[in-house]
Amino acid sequence: MKLSRLVEILDATVLTGEDQLNIEVKTAFSADLMSDVLAFAKPKSLILTGLTNPQVVRTASILDSAAIVIVRGKKPPAETVGLAKELNIPIISTKYILFETSGRLYMNGMVGCVKKIGG
Amino acid sequence: MVHTIRYKNSFPIEGGNFDEAGVVSLRVKSILKDMGFLGETQRRVAIVAYESELNIISYARSGHITLRISPQEIRIDAEDEGPGIDDIELAMKDGYSTATDRIREMGFGAGMGLSNIKRCSDTFEITSESNKGVHLRILIDAN
Repeated sequence: MKLSRLVEILDATVLTGEDQLNIEVKTAFSADLMSDVLAFAKPKSLILTGLTNPQVVRTASILDSAAIVIVRGKKPPAETVGLAKELNIPIISTKYILFETSGRLYMNGMVGCVKKIGG
Repeated sequence: MVHTIRYKNSFPIEGGNFDEAGVVSLRVKSILKDMGFLGETQRRVAIVAYESELNIISYARSGHITLRISPQEIRIDAEDEGPGIDDIELAMKDGYSTATDRIREMGFGAGMGLSNIKRCSDTFEITSESNKGVHLRILIDAN
């Protein structure tokens, strides 16, 4: 799925990374715990989260994530958006809750980074 | 085996400075990239450095991460001065954590860090002395 399509599906706003909407993404990881993202997310995946602090961006950068989707209409601080711009990671904001966001993307072909732990 | 060190540097980390969490690890990642390590090797080193950095910031007074790169392997030493870990076996268990609310608010402290470091390493050693600190020794094969 192209990020541009994801923006349509999630009725979302691109906060930074407008120039990267052609990126193709196949997998995603949803979590409000960066510890879990670090343990389970695969490279080139989306991170779907309700967290908005700059550590989300640093975590995404460490993991070579494709983009960050901030759910529940949360507004990240300018510092977070600025860091994402600097590190070249798109941030997309949607008003859908995490469950709806994940479900809508899954229905359109996106899958999780792992299906089951240890499975 | 003695390897030729192509790069060595030590990065200081201040305990409790959450605003800077990840700065050292992103620097480590960029050094790896500049030296031609890409893909999985670079990613594993970055994760190990980041988890170690987060541990020092979250639990210690101060510490440093030393990065050594040789053609065969990447070595990371994360050493801190702080309370140390009394029960290492317990600390290695997934989900065990002594994190404060401040750490959890940032999205960390889920008790996954040490086991994630071990999983990303080819060789992992942890030693600790109560009220002195913790020393992690990590080797990742350069392939």
